[in-house]
Order: sequence, then structure tokens, then C-alpha cells
Amino acid sequence: MNGGGFRRLRAIARKERLHIVRDPSTLFFAVFLPVLELFMLGYAIDTNVRHVRTIVFDEARTQESRSLLLRFTNSEDFRIVGEVFTDRDLAQALVSGRARVGIKIPEAYSRRVQSGRTGQVLILVDGSESSVAAEAVNVGGAIALSESLERLLEGRRMPVEARPRVLFNPDTRSANFFIPGLMVVLCQMMATMLSANAVVREKERGTLEQLFMTPVRAGELILGKMLPYLGLVLAEFCMIGLLMVIGFGVPVHGNFFTLLIIALPFYLSMIGLGLAISTRAQTRDASMQMTIATILPSMFLSGYVFPLDSMPRPFWLLAQAIPTTWMIDVARGVILRGAGWADLWMHAMVLTAQAVVLLAISAVLFRKRLT
Amino acid sequence: MIAEAPAAPVIDARDVTIRFGRLTAVDGVNLAVGHGEVFGLLGPNGSGKTTLIRALCGLIPLAGGSARVLGRDAMRESDAVRAGIGYMSQKFALYEDLTAQENLDFYSGIYGLNASQARERQAELVEEVGLAPHLNKRGAHLSGGWKQRLALACALLHRPRLVFLDEPTAGIDPVARRDLWDLLFRLSAQDVTLFVTTHYMDEAERCGRVAYLYLGRLLAMGTPDDLTRWPGVTPAGSRRVEILGDDPAAIFERLRDRAGIGQVTIFGRSVRAVVDAGISDRSLSDELHGAEVRPTWPTLEDVFVTLARAREAGGSS
Ligand SMILES: Nc1ncnc2c1ncn2[C@@H]1O[C@H](COP(=O)(O)OP(=O)(O)O)[C@@H](O)[C@H]1O
Ligand SMILES: [Mg+2]
Repeated sequence: MNGGGFRRLRAIARKERLHIVRDPSTLFFAVFLPVLELFMLGYAIDTNVRHVRTIVFDEARTQESRSLLLRFTNSEDFRIVGEVFTDRDLAQALVSGRARVGIKIPEAYSRRVQSGRTGQVLILVDGSESSVAAEAVNVGGAIALSESLERLLEGRRMPVEARPRVLFNPDTRSANFFIPGLMVVLCQMMATMLSANAVVREKERGTLEQLFMTPVRAGELILGKMLPYLGLVLAEFCMIGLLMVIGFGVPVHGNFFTLLIIALPFYLSMIGLGLAISTRAQTRDASMQMTIATILPSMFLSGYVFPLDSMPRPFWLLAQAIPTTWMIDVARGVILRGAGWADLWMHAMVLTAQAVVLLAISAVLFRKRLT
Repeated sequence: MIAEAPAAPVIDARDVTIRFGRLTAVDGVNLAVGHGEVFGLLGPNGSGKTTLIRALCGLIPLAGGSARVLGRDAMRESDAVRAGIGYMSQKFALYEDLTAQENLDFYSGIYGLNASQARERQAELVEEVGLAPHLNKRGAHLSGGWKQRLALACALLHRPRLVFLDEPTAGIDPVARRDLWDLLFRLSAQDVTLFVTTHYMDEAERCGRVAYLYLGRLLAMGTPDDLTRWPGVTPAGSRRVEILGDDPAAIFERLRDRAGIGQVTIFGRSVRAVVDAGISDRSLSDELHGAEVRPTWPTLEDVFVTLARAREAGGSS
């Protein structure tokens, strides 16, 4: 690039930086909103079922029944919120939503257990929240099983014990799992929307036409517009990373710098996508809608929400074509598993290739400009 | 009634035709603009003025014909063309959230000036257009006249030899309008060729040559004097009169449907009309309760109205 080209590029990048600084709504949108969303989603998304509200109807009122209930309380999966004394009240507590689980220990429980017959415990589960229901059924079964085993073995040691050890995220905290993905997705939305807006705004105001009357080239315009937004997005990425560590206590096991380097081509792709959208959209509302329409499917397919492994084959293949899929894997890899270049070079290459393709497409679309 | 082309034209458009789908926005336009001219392009809204300028800057492909600007093909050599032209669009197309100074800096960079060139040229232009007191105001806070001066300054940073001004005075006050024209003539004196579109007849009269574009077709081109002397504007066997009376609206009403009188228009305090040669000033004056009637020349507006009517009636000039 000659001196004139460099000066043009620099002029555009500087001007774009001024737009960012001067426009409070963009700044708010770009910097504050993702942080707000991080806190909202980060705290709200907890797929681990814990402290399920539980109501108890203990007809037996014996030592055995109390020790069984204690097991439920100690499991941390259940939290006993009250006690009722009739079947009707038990059912009512579930219907009204006061509790998700109802445990009824019949009067005959202790007698049957002591006489060697099966002691029955009724566990009512509210099925309207499927993950809670499944978990409650599992844990309820497990508690009954271990209670039974202990009684049968009468102090002898357990014959078999499975000791699952969850690697990389030992507490299976969902924040650890979700926030790296959330970080990728929030910044992705921001990158695409900001870069689409940056061009469409100039279309709306007629300043783009004026620019087209000058010797500026499509490549200089694209690059000059991209650089400030890339900087902003990467800064935001680091900020969310910092908040993830400080605010949510998610430890970073790998090298954050590695993550940042691999994020570079990814966010270039997303900015390229925004530019491609801007060549089609005439107004900022339209570009907003088109951005959401392209980003949402990529979120659902990327493994951010639904695990990739359980996807039907065609969707799985589609997911491989989406940069977000690769980037989320990189983020989780570095943050949770401590992955490094040896594990991620393939991801970096795929993301770079995707960036080249997307940017080339948007440059071609851009060149066919005003007509 | 198209005048002959100047030698070594700055703009040389031949049979330029531009289509948007089915719509032919510019239809077989031939025009040549010579070095240092102030060339005015007139025409009602939607007649294709802006489209023609865009094509001359290589922004829209031609459906037919050829356009050479500054001796180069407008489309194929558009980079070279754009480096030599300035363009001021019909609405303010600078950045409203940037100050005047920042806009100047931006366009200095866009035209590839280095720091010292930019400083020098900006100082010249700021002096020329008198922008100094407003340099730190944001674009959004400048009045219409100052916006136009800033836009003009930005369009002149790279010392273009040809400047396109698309309705530069639309929506600015009369004083600013006159100031802008004074500026344009100073530019013209510095050997810059100006291609100006406008709605205003008084502005057209200030141009060296004017062309009239109507629904994509060029109906007339020449100096304002040549055009107003064109015999076709006043039909054979008739003449133009100007009538001065206390109540122009009443005179207009009276004459509108009278036999032997056509093209009646109110013009400020007077009424202009084409009357049959058989009707004398005297008799018309008597008929209008003694209003003053005197013969007059056709104006540019008369010429254009006549041409547009003839075109609508299916005739050709
Ligand atoms: N990009 C475009 N797509 C389709 N039609 C257009 C486009 N630009 C202009 N036109 C049409 O071309 C005609 C000429 O428009 P324009 O050149 O803007 O006229 P003027 O500048 O004389 O007011 C109008 O009918 C307008 O609607
Ligand atoms: Mg126009």
C-alpha cells in the first residue's frame, strides 16, 4: 500500500474512533450492555439442580423416617421448605408451585422396614420443569438405594463403589461452563452489529456517497472501519474475561493471551459478516434485524446452548461450518481445560480460513456498492 | 438548439443513457463542458441531474454512450477521475458528529495529503470561505450556509480541476446563497471548472452556459442570452408582454381564460403573458382598467417552460 493509501486508511480509522467516542448510545451498547447481560445470564443460568423446594408429609414420625429425611436435606439437592399434615395439602403445595417435590413417608414406614418388608416412600415430582424433575427422580432414587444398601449391609463395607471424578470443572458449576461461551457470543453480537451499523449509518446520512466520490478504495474503507471496532471488541472480550474471573470466580486454566490471539480471526470474521450485512441493509433497523437473524441460529448450533455431541448428523456438520462453534470450543478449552497451542492449532487455522473467506465475500459485495 | 462543443472538453458525454431497471433516468444526453466554464444544469426534480453527475463520477454504469471526464473514461478510470474532481452532494454529506476541523482533517487524509500539505491547504481554504470562527463547531451545529461552505472546502482540499455541485444552494438563505455564488466565481477565476445543478433561474442566469434536462432528456443548451433569444420560445404571430397593476392576482384571473392570450404567470408584482400580435398594448391596458402593459423579452424560465410543454405535447425541439 502506498503513502496515500496508508493516509486514507488512517483517516478512516481515526474518524471511526471519533464516532465511537462521540456516540454515547453506541458506547453504552458496546461496552455496558454485554456486561449487564453477562451478570444477568451468568447468575440466572444455573443448569445444576440444587436446593429444590421440597415439602414433607411425615406420617410416620419415627427415628427411621427422620434419618431418611435428613439424607434428603444433606444431599443439597433438596431444601425442605415446609411440612404438611394431609395428602390434600401436599398435593396443593405442588399445584400452587410452593414446592417442586413432595415427600410422603407413610405411617407404616418404620414398621415395614424393621420387619424386613419394603418400606415405601412416596416422592411426588412436579414435571413441568423437566430438568428439575429428572434430577429429583434420580437423586430421590439414589437416596432410597443407598439407604436400602446400608440397611442390608448392616455396617459392612460397600461391595462396589463408583467414584466419578469430573475433570476440568470439578464442582460441575454451570457458570464455569456457560460463561466462556457467553463471553464469545456476547462479543460476537457486538462485533457484527457495530460494524454493520458503521456502514449503514453512513448510507442513511449520505456520507457514504460522498466518500465514493473520492479516490478511497473499498479495501481501505473496510480495513479502516474494521480496526477501531476490532480493538473495541477485543477490549470488551478482555473486560468480560476479567469479570468472569473476579465476579464469577471462574478460573482460567490456560493462557488467556493464546485465547485472545485465536479470537482475533474470529472477530474479524464477525466484523466481515457485519460489513456483508451492511451492503444489503438500507437502514439501521434492517441491519439490526438481519444481524439477529444470522447470529441467533449460529448461537443455537454452536454448542453454546445445546451440546454438539447429541446433535443429529446434518446439524452437526452445519455446526462445523460456523465460526462460533470453533471459537466456543477454544474458549472452553483454554479457560476450563487449560488447552494450549498444541491442542488448538487446528481451531486457529479453521478460524483464520473462515475469516479470509468472509472478508473476501464482504469486500466483493462492498465493491459492487451504490448501484 | 444545442451549441457546438468546446475544444478539449473537461467533460465529454456522448449519448449517455442510464437505466434503473425499466426506468430510463438519463436518455441519450450529449454535452461537453470546456475548461474554466461555469456550467449550469437545470431541470425539475427527478429529471436525472443527480444521476447524470453520479455517472460522470463513475459511480453508475452507463447503459449506453460514453462519458469522459478530465480526458479519462469515467467508469473504467474512475480512480484517476475521482482524484481530480471535487463533489458536493445535494444534501449535507459530512459528519455531523465531527467538528468542522475534524471533517477537514478527515478529507485531507482521504485525499492523501500529508500533514504539512494538509495544514497549508486547510489554512488557505478556511481563509477563502471564512470558516475560521466555526472550526470547532460540530457539523450538526452549523447553519445551512456554513455547512455548504464546509462541504465546499472539503471538496476543494485536493485542488480539483473540476467541481460538481449538486443543488448547492437548496435550502439556504438568500444571503448565504449570494455569498456562495461569489465564492464559486472566485473559484472559476482560479481556472476551476464548475458543473452546477440548480432549481433557481437567477442562478442559471449567472452561469456561462446552461443546459435544461427534462425527464432524462436534454432539451436545450447554450448561453442564457442565446437561449432567451431563441425564436421558438414565443410562437409565431405572438409576442411577450409584462403587465404591472395593483392586483396581479386579479389580472391573472382575467387573462387566464381570455382568447388570444397564453402562458400567463404571476411574477412578483407583475404578470407575464404571451399575447397574439393582433392585440395591442393599448387595448389590453384598457381592458385591464389602465394597468401598465409593456413588451418584454422571454426569461430563461419562459424558455424552459415552453420546451417542457412542447415535450409533453409530444413535439421535439
Ligand atoms: N438508485 C436508483 N434506483 C432507481 N431509481 C433511481 C435511482 N436513483 C435515481 N432514480 C430515479 O431516477 C430519476 C432521476 O433521479 P435524480 O437523478 O435524482 O433526479 P434529480 O437529481 O434531477 O432530481 C428519478 O425518477 C429517480 O427516482
Ligand atoms: Mg438531485
